[in-house]
Amino acid sequence: MASLMNRLRPAETVTDGPAVATARRLRLDQRYLPVVGSVVVLILMLVVGGTRYENFLSPLVMSNLLIDNSYIVVLAVGMTFVILTGGIDLSVGAVVALSGVLGARLFDAGWSAAVTIPAMVLVGTVVGLLVGVMVLVFDVQPFIATLAAMFLARGLCYVFAPESIPIRAKSITALGTTRWELGEWTLTPSGLISLLMVAGAFYLLHYSRFGRTVYAIGADEASARLMGLPVARTKLLVYVLAGSCSGIAGLLFAVSTRAAYSRNGIGMETTAIAAVVIGGTMLTGGSGYVLGSLLGVLALGLIQTMITFEGTLSSWWTSIFIGSLLFVFVVLQRVIVAGRT
Amino acid sequence: MNVLSRLARHRFTWPLVALAALLLADVLHTPTFLNVRLQDGHLFGGPVDILRNAAPLLLVSLGMTLVIATRGIDLSVGAVLAISGAVACDVIASSSKPGSAGTVLWAIFLGCAICVVLGFGNGFLVAVVRIQPIIATLILMTAGRGIAMLITEGQITTVNSPPFATIGGGFWLGLPAAVIIAGLIFAAVAVGTRRTALGVLVESVGINPEASRLAGVRSTSILLAVYAASGLFAGVAGIMVASNVAAADANNAGLFIELDAILAVVLGGTLLTGGRFSLVGTLIGVLVIQTLTISVTIQGISGSVTPLFKALVVIAVFLLQSPVVRSKLRRRGGTAPPVAVPPALPTPSSDPVTGTAPETGTGPGTGTETDGARAGKVSS
Amino acid sequence: MRTTSPGAAPLVRMSGISMHFPGVKALDDVDFQLFPGEVHALLGENGAGKSTLIKVLTGVYQPTAGTVSVDGVEQKFATPAQAQDAGIATVYQEVNLCPNLSVAENVLLGREPRRAGGIDWRAMRRATREHLAQLNLDLDPASLLSSHSIAVQQLVAIARAMVIDAKVLILDEPTSSLDAGEVERLFTVIRGLQEKQVAILFVSHFLEQVYAISDRLTVLRNGRLVGEFLAADLPRVQLVSKMMGTSIQVLEELESQPMRMARSGDEGAAVLTATGLGRRRSVNPVDLELLPGEVVGMAGLLGSGRTEVARLLYGADHSDSGTLAVKGRSQRVRSPRQALRLGIAFSSESRRTEGLVPDLTLRENIVLGLQARRGWLRRLPRRRVDEIVARYIKELDIRPADPEALVRNLSGGNQQKVLLARWLAMEPDILILDEPTRGIDVGAKAEIQRLVSQLASKGMSVLFISAELEEVLRLSHRIVVMRDRAKVAEIENGDDVGMDTVVELIAGGAKAS
Repeated sequence: MASLMNRLRPAETVTDGPAVATARRLRLDQRYLPVVGSVVVLILMLVVGGTRYENFLSPLVMSNLLIDNSYIVVLAVGMTFVILTGGIDLSVGAVVALSGVLGARLFDAGWSAAVTIPAMVLVGTVVGLLVGVMVLVFDVQPFIATLAAMFLARGLCYVFAPESIPIRAKSITALGTTRWELGEWTLTPSGLISLLMVAGAFYLLHYSRFGRTVYAIGADEASARLMGLPVARTKLLVYVLAGSCSGIAGLLFAVSTRAAYSRNGIGMETTAIAAVVIGGTMLTGGSGYVLGSLLGVLALGLIQTMITFEGTLSSWWTSIFIGSLLFVFVVLQRVIVAGRT
Repeated sequence: MNVLSRLARHRFTWPLVALAALLLADVLHTPTFLNVRLQDGHLFGGPVDILRNAAPLLLVSLGMTLVIATRGIDLSVGAVLAISGAVACDVIASSSKPGSAGTVLWAIFLGCAICVVLGFGNGFLVAVVRIQPIIATLILMTAGRGIAMLITEGQITTVNSPPFATIGGGFWLGLPAAVIIAGLIFAAVAVGTRRTALGVLVESVGINPEASRLAGVRSTSILLAVYAASGLFAGVAGIMVASNVAAADANNAGLFIELDAILAVVLGGTLLTGGRFSLVGTLIGVLVIQTLTISVTIQGISGSVTPLFKALVVIAVFLLQSPVVRSKLRRRGGTAPPVAVPPALPTPSSDPVTGTAPETGTGPGTGTETDGARAGKVSS
Repeated sequence: MRTTSPGAAPLVRMSGISMHFPGVKALDDVDFQLFPGEVHALLGENGAGKSTLIKVLTGVYQPTAGTVSVDGVEQKFATPAQAQDAGIATVYQEVNLCPNLSVAENVLLGREPRRAGGIDWRAMRRATREHLAQLNLDLDPASLLSSHSIAVQQLVAIARAMVIDAKVLILDEPTSSLDAGEVERLFTVIRGLQEKQVAILFVSHFLEQVYAISDRLTVLRNGRLVGEFLAADLPRVQLVSKMMGTSIQVLEELESQPMRMARSGDEGAAVLTATGLGRRRSVNPVDLELLPGEVVGMAGLLGSGRTEVARLLYGADHSDSGTLAVKGRSQRVRSPRQALRLGIAFSSESRRTEGLVPDLTLRENIVLGLQARRGWLRRLPRRRVDEIVARYIKELDIRPADPEALVRNLSGGNQQKVLLARWLAMEPDILILDEPTRGIDVGAKAEIQRLVSQLASKGMSVLFISAELEEVLRLSHRIVVMRDRAKVAEIENGDDVGMDTVVELIAGGAKAS
């Protein structure tokens, strides 16, 4: 009886709640809020630096900001994917070192650039594949799997480059010394590569099913699976991608330092994670933008630049600042999350 | 046959076999390797060297064992070790009486105290602010090296202080001082975790945090204690290392020691996902690692191979500890329950396709037989 | 008794479905039919087999025996994807979408329109609007899913299910998180789908709603089919009886006499008084009083809020409203630790995930609460521990009687006893037991029931939650009835109170006293 009577009531249209309408009017999407943090930090530093030091805001300095940090940009791109799925990658520094070591040894053994340079990238891909297999097939946790990868990469570095090996290959030198002048601004191949990676990552994350699945996994992996999204394949690809980014970063680092050394890359993972966190990506996963990570790298790079300009501060202040900044942002993220529940 | 198979499955068997194999290889190469001789009232020999070099790693690994048991991890131990050495050497070097016992004692106290505070800080971030242990300790790992460099002002601070030097290189009662210190602390921790309820409560929190909470266990003080201990032990290790070389090298002291510690802990049978821990197992793990290092030198193999070898062992152990392998091994008749426990019926309206949902943090439920539904989901 | 509606052929026909797991028969020769355009409710208590039946239909499980046909064609779904391809879609209780994605993505991701190798966002938004409009939904496709209420998110989940032009829509506990108005909205959408001849399988514990929306009902109990009925022809009381099996009067117990404990005279003041204690989206404000020396039974269907009330009393969850007084003093119980200190103990119904620590020994599990109370510095003296453990092993007849046995290797009954021992060892004034006899063999059940009576006669106050009415009636001095997350009745147990009384209250009695 009751169901029959209810059937006669007219169907009503369900619309957005008032909160959504207001939000749209204010053009404030809670998604972008964390990125605002990194923009604020960046602007703050530009202001402080600009007022404190001469020539700080010059095109030369700003160009070098990207050029010198291009390898970190690439690392941050890979790390963004991993953190978006709720994982973490501790192996990036070790793979950077391994990539350089492999390159140096191959060049010394007479291999051409056409072989060596792809190899430097592919070694990262292989490590990423290893991590992916551990996570997917053996159900090992990401941090454990990448820890193991870090062990392995470092171990291989020590075997093949107990001492520092200079890289004198012409291709590498060429990549390192080429500079393109665009008005007062300068760009190098490394800088270009890093910008292309950011653009590629942006496209993947916002225009491909793979990228959207990455976000879905970070929010709720079980739900993503129930929605029929290819969760397992996506997770594997994320680690392969992150590994490849580490390989590319290794190439860029080798171009920059022209030396391979097993002790390279120590602490790079923290810088990459810091850049991603400062850039607004939540460590819990599912929220963040790769452009934010780029801003995060630039912010960290500005710290280094300021320390150099200051002159009186020694280089180790960089790690203290980076650690502190990471600390502040991590705590902030917790506060935001706690406030939401 | 039964005894043998049970022996094969005991968690100490394989590390002990590895240890024995390494020692055997060393003895075959250098027959006098295992000889211990008494000279000037001091003990010398292969085993003594192993023990003495193992002391700092043992200390760090002790702390790491407890932290891992609570489902956490401490990546900052290397940096903390460096800070401790830097502080102590700075105090001694800048004092007017570097050779006096009072200065040395003050230096040691200050170094360790600072490390306890740093450990507390880690514990606070993990237990109160609820940051993932890996991130919390990663922060200190990075900033800590910088702080150590700051204290030594980028130099390698050398000290000239006989009392200080005895800690790392001296002898007490015939044994190396370092061995005695490490042994005492090991005994203290062993007794401490079993004499107090810390051990069982740590395990309880690591195995099933929610059940522990409902039973009234206050995990905050436990986590604080555990991370503070990790900091303290790393601090003592830092003193030892600095004493050994009579200098504080902020860049290199304790570099990668956290990796060795993690390896030692998992070799000893403690799962990286938390729960039951074994201090003796960690001790065995430390001995294996140290013996490996020495064996490599003795056999004339280049020391640069050691890290790779350790890496392969780590990967093997991690895979063996992975949920997939463990459930396969259990099904093969390892620990079959004496009374058949019927699997819990799938509860209505739960995640139908898969079982558990992933948790944030470092460790999901360990090898507990979970219900078909949402097992181990910690309410936030 | 089976009654089917006349006319059309069933869209889904499941015949003779059996599902065997090692040691357990989850389903035993169950038949089920679903007709196009009908709302069919699937009902049953814990362990009835509802969830298993649905998993067989959706391809998560492959049945041990029996057949499934869709549209007259026999199907063997090996994976959920195959069931989806056959037109069977499911919306789960927790919505199971991604809150950080937009509405459009949640509706279409996986089937999104593409353009030049990438996602065509404009087309996606347009398509989303169309799909939402089919359900009379007008939402901004680009808005974040989390910016909408759970009720709206659920409608989005239905929209996603309908993207595949589902013929069968399974709604698994869809209204658990909705308020009355949102439920109405959902029902409107359901009716709209009915008009499109979609068959809707509705799983719910809320009897009011089941009767408001359903055409037919199927009741399962203990893995077997009890019957298939027209909602209009089955009074509520009969439905509840069938779900709880009270018409099947086999009272298996060791003791034949029902134990109705007489009150031990004047009990004195209440030990626990809850006034208006509630939690949003969990349980409506409840008044409850516990006197010393009495057993208060809490009856109600699964999902009626009994566990939620218990958790609020114990501080396991935080209340949004109401006050609590323990022994006359007003208290804020914000954690289990606090509750234990006040003399309140709580034995969870999920003993394996929330109760025991599986890899610890019997001994460690029993004294865990005592040790936690003492803190980690002062260890309980070994002799006292052994005494306590030996005492409870004997008193509760725990087998194997080995304090060093790992708890995970014990049978369900013995595990429950170990858990009970933990709380008893703390000598609480108030003991809350949530389904203490579930999944336990008959002998152990009787032992635990006897124990509860003994405890009450010694002055303890016991809140006894159970889905089995026989137990509740046998043990309680007073019975509190919960329905649809609210307390609906409270009665004194007496000779005049029988199972029918309680069943009526559960089914739809008016508020008493």
